[in-house]
Amino acid sequence: MSTVDDIDLGRRRFLTATATVVGGVGVVFVAVPFLKSWSPSERAQAAGAPVEADISKLEDGAMITVEWRGKPVWLLKRSKKMLEDLSTFKNELLDPNSNATSQQPNYAQNATRSIKPDILVLVGICTHLGCSPAFRPESAPADLGLSWKGGFFCPCHGSRFDLAGRVYKGVPAPSNLEVPPHRYLSDTRVLIGTGPEAV
Amino acid sequence: MSNTQGTTGLIGWIDERFPLTKSIREHLTEYYAPKNFNFWYFFGSLALLVLVNQILTGIWLTMNYKPSASEAFASVEYIMRDVNWGWLIRYMHSTGASAFFIMVYLHMYRALIYGSHKKPRELLWIFGVVIFLCLMAEAFMGYLLPWGQMSYWGAQVIINLFSALPVIGQDLSVWIRGDYVISDATLNRFFSLHVIALPLVLIGLVFVHILALHEVGSNNPDGLEIKKLRDNKGIPLDGIPFHPYYTVKDLFGVVVFLLFFAVVVFFTPEMGGYFLEHPNFDPADSLKTPLHIAPVWYFTPFYAMLRAVPSFAGTQVWGVLVMAAAIFILFFLPWLDRSSVRSIRYRGWSFKLILTAFLVSFLILGYLGALPTTPARTTMAQFCTIIYFAFFFLLPVLPVFEKTKSVPERVTWK
Repeated sequence: MSTVDDIDLGRRRFLTATATVVGGVGVVFVAVPFLKSWSPSERAQAAGAPVEADISKLEDGAMITVEWRGKPVWLLKRSKKMLEDLSTFKNELLDPNSNATSQQPNYAQNATRSIKPDILVLVGICTHLGCSPAFRPESAPADLGLSWKGGFFCPCHGSRFDLAGRVYKGVPAPSNLEVPPHRYLSDTRVLIGTGPEAV
Repeated sequence: MSNTQGTTGLIGWIDERFPLTKSIREHLTEYYAPKNFNFWYFFGSLALLVLVNQILTGIWLTMNYKPSASEAFASVEYIMRDVNWGWLIRYMHSTGASAFFIMVYLHMYRALIYGSHKKPRELLWIFGVVIFLCLMAEAFMGYLLPWGQMSYWGAQVIINLFSALPVIGQDLSVWIRGDYVISDATLNRFFSLHVIALPLVLIGLVFVHILALHEVGSNNPDGLEIKKLRDNKGIPLDGIPFHPYYTVKDLFGVVVFLLFFAVVVFFTPEMGGYFLEHPNFDPADSLKTPLHIAPVWYFTPFYAMLRAVPSFAGTQVWGVLVMAAAIFILFFLPWLDRSSVRSIRYRGWSFKLILTAFLVSFLILGYLGALPTTPARTTMAQFCTIIYFAFFFLLPVLPVFEKTKSVPERVTWK
């Protein structure tokens, strides 16, 4: 043990080191409540209750928007023509068969991405950076080009989705629009937030 | 009684207890700055002036603003319409935000052309880049507070940048928002960060920035080290006391700046939708994105880079990484620029060429970032992004063939 003028330097180093370590552990523990306090509060967590939508007045090719967990949820009634078109441009889509299981419940993992073929239920939030895409059902408008067959166009970063919410290739969005869990309470009433399995 | 400063009376009494005269001498009357400062040297002190403006008007705005999702938009309108002189205080604050970035961008460009980031001023530059980062966070959080459409959707996009990160991304963005969407919780914490946390950090950083400056001394348009040549009292031959010479010069800059500032505040506070964007006059609506969303002008160069990068391998994280890299690469500038010559005045044509290309690409990116995307614009943005980064990667190899001019002994007047 090294000593200078009766000062025990080894002991001093040991005490400094242990005090630093113990103090450091204390700082880490004190940081926990401060960091955790940023997570969603109990009230924010409880606000995610299911919402009901009435689709009795929805006409072919029309869409309504309801709010669920603060996000827009679209309910679109697709016409026969729209449904027929869905299978015609699979090569241009990134995930035409909805293989990414995170983007829809298994009961919507089909050709139309829906429970009833004509009624599409989607979370209207772009999978890129969270803007809400615009509903553009028309064919080949001037601003979207001749190849546009109707779908959703995100104004923020130009992502394109078809009328089943499937993303096109070569756009910023990496995955299809999300289909929220939902079930039919009757022919004209949809409950968004819980799936059929939760009955 | 006497003291080391040789002062007597009340000042003497203070000097024995507090370094008043000592500090004034060290940082003002006996701080020797190069005598050849030019136009470019106004922007540091002007940035400081704008900081004071932001703090003062910010405190006053806080007196009437309500940081709640249901009241925020209306409280800003209340400030604009009913609070005495509220419109002026708010326009001073909103114009000040843009003015801050104009001053800081010019200040940074000055450092770039005169090599002010080079040894021994690397830390000074790094503190500056941290100030720039802090300022961007401050401006971003401030922009959410009016709770307009652009506030809401701008914040939505930027916070979702974090969700692009692998594994932790989703949880991280929820943690930042304090909710699953931008909500009252987000607004409230951004308010707290905007008015307390970040201004404190900003002031601290400005303090160490100036402390570092006064330790190493100011650079100058010739890039010379004035401390090398001193007279018999040890005063740099090319140095003049900061006060009164530069306090007077900066005061002139302040007057000219205030002239322009007042014109914007009084006649065109929205600056055609660039300082205050039109969609922000609609209250935030979580169900509807405005048809064209763009960040405020000072973020558009980086935003254009973000949009220019396509998603790849099932993730859009690459655009986020490129945007972050565009800012973080600034930290390495002092070591990337290896030329022994500081100032652009004595550097070769190759440096002037890549600097011009860098400047032009940055300006084009800023222009593109404010517009909706088209395939041609995206290609253009990709090209400019490459030039932006090429500047930093060419800098280290430049000295191999760059013919620099001979640097004079003493500073020159141009």
